[in-house]
Amino acid sequence: MNKIILQVEDLRTYFFTRKGVVKAVEGVSFHVNEGETFGIVGESGCGKTVTGLSILRLLPEPAGRIVGGKIVLDGTNLLALSKKEMRAFRGRMVSMILQDPMTSLNPVYTIGNQIAESVRLHQNIPDNKVREEVISALRLLKIPAPEMRLRDYPFQMSGGMRQRVVGAIAMSCHPRLLIADEPTTALDATIQAQYIALFKEVQKTTGVAIIFITHDFGVVANMCHRVAVMYSGKIVETAKTREIFEAPKHPYTSALIESVPRLDRKDERLYSIEGQPPSLLNLPPGCRFFPRCDYAMEICGEKEPAEVEIGKDHFVSCWNVS
Amino acid sequence: MSEVLLEGRHLTKHYPVTKGPLKRTIGWVRAVDNVSFAIERGKTLSLVGESGAGKTTTAKMLLLLEQLTSGSILFKGKDLHQFTRSQLKKEYRPRVQAVQQNPWSSMNPRMRVKTIIAEPLVVNNKQSKKQTRERVMELLEQVGLRPEHADHYPHEFSGGQRQRIAVARALALRPSVVVLDEPVSALDVSIRAQIMNLLKDLQVKHDLSYLVIAHNLATVRYMSHRVAIMYLGEIVEYGEAEMLFENPLHPYTRALMSASLLTLPEENGKETDQIILSGEMPSPLSPPPGCRFHTRCAEAKAICSSEEPEIRTVGTQQVKCHY
Repeated sequence: MNKIILQVEDLRTYFFTRKGVVKAVEGVSFHVNEGETFGIVGESGCGKTVTGLSILRLLPEPAGRIVGGKIVLDGTNLLALSKKEMRAFRGRMVSMILQDPMTSLNPVYTIGNQIAESVRLHQNIPDNKVREEVISALRLLKIPAPEMRLRDYPFQMSGGMRQRVVGAIAMSCHPRLLIADEPTTALDATIQAQYIALFKEVQKTTGVAIIFITHDFGVVANMCHRVAVMYSGKIVETAKTREIFEAPKHPYTSALIESVPRLDRKDERLYSIEGQPPSLLNLPPGCRFFPRCDYAMEICGEKEPAEVEIGKDHFVSCWNVS
Repeated sequence: MSEVLLEGRHLTKHYPVTKGPLKRTIGWVRAVDNVSFAIERGKTLSLVGESGAGKTTTAKMLLLLEQLTSGSILFKGKDLHQFTRSQLKKEYRPRVQAVQQNPWSSMNPRMRVKTIIAEPLVVNNKQSKKQTRERVMELLEQVGLRPEHADHYPHEFSGGQRQRIAVARALALRPSVVVLDEPVSALDVSIRAQIMNLLKDLQVKHDLSYLVIAHNLATVRYMSHRVAIMYLGEIVEYGEAEMLFENPLHPYTRALMSASLLTLPEENGKETDQIILSGEMPSPLSPPPGCRFHTRCAEAKAICSSEEPEIRTVGTQQVKCHY
């Protein structure tokens, strides 16, 4: 359980635009254990998707570039690989599920075709075996009557079913690590619950490690073993899921949890974080949360806090803690 | 109980499905079927359900953007069927305003904020330009924006600020009812709380009634006084928010609540029990006979697939279920 499958160290991904350098990911470090679900939570623009894309090296080049750091997957530094070698890694070792199944599937091919594409590309198996692989991938994702569904086009399926197909494509080559970028955001509440339960099962049968990128704390609580909270391109806190909810240490984490209404109690008034996240083009000096923080001190506006370990697997970057 | 401001009685909307060059009607999509509810002055009613449940169609009927197939809308106790066209224009439409879900598509990108907010004023009242300008400034201040924002264009604002502009536009005519269609679901978590708090403050300040459409139950609990849970065009449960959330009666309500409850992982890795519905919502083109939920209901019995349940009153709640 505790063998590390992915180690990300000091990852820096910048976008070079006409207006200047956008530091989308600035010094992000974390690791993912085998068979574990690791959550990355944050608001839009905090760099969570870019982190996911960086691991797969699928950034929109040439604007986006990884300018520093290390991504070690199962002993191989992905950033040292050539494009061709990286291609062999994708699908077989690591794959990704995107948010909107309507845009990630091709509307003019049957779903059988689309799963077969990734099977043919990444697995060296004879053509007559491809169909079997495709059906077993569909079966893994619990799509009823897979032999029939093969011939369906995406538009013939519901949103939940489509997202299962996307899952089947991602799992078709038995990757060790799956990056799921907001896979349930476009789904309805009851379908979302289905999908999460399904993924827990897939993880149990295949032992795949999952990085779950989301903005929804409810999903995190249900799904993840450990969580990293991101703000403005940095991880501000990493901890076990239970600890994040019961004893959040970073002011941003606790404010974010406080500002989500709860179903199991009546809140009279929600806590709200005033203001907005800073522009990544023009970052304030010091801690990035400083302008919105209730606990800000003088030093917060001058120097960036370093990451400190305050307990087992619990890391925080805040001057109040160190 | 305070005064009922807006009431829907047996609202029904069926859309024809046509085929062939003669557009023969081959079936009906029963988007909303026999839906009744009441909105009180200064209170919030929420319509909750998944996509395709008929929430937005219901709201559109109230805004007179869709014609009713049958049923009636009562405003201050008076049936809208009795209003003449000009009465509707003068007495109903300005009193019932709306805020849409997506603040990126609900505003003309080529208009300045002051023009956007002033538009309902210009269309409905003959005011002097000075009065209009003053009212726009007043509205901006109420929703927490600065006066200099009036000269900006929508693209210069973040999502939360745009939703504030949309709220200001909805309030311009001093309405008594505001229909909020998923007011916060397009916004980021930390911004959602800001907008929900703003909406609550404005409600108290102006004695507004809200009809909130949402799919997130936790948001609904925070915002509403009364809740109607919709499934496949019908209201399956209706009642006071607190009672309903403490004691949900319909199996669908329970499943929906279970899906949105925050469940922390147990220390020893044990699974928490959650109700997970199998299958998906059936097509409203041919809703299942009997209870519309029976195909996915874990507690369904033989009677559920043959007879449609009556709406029963249990305490303060109304529930459409045999059990």
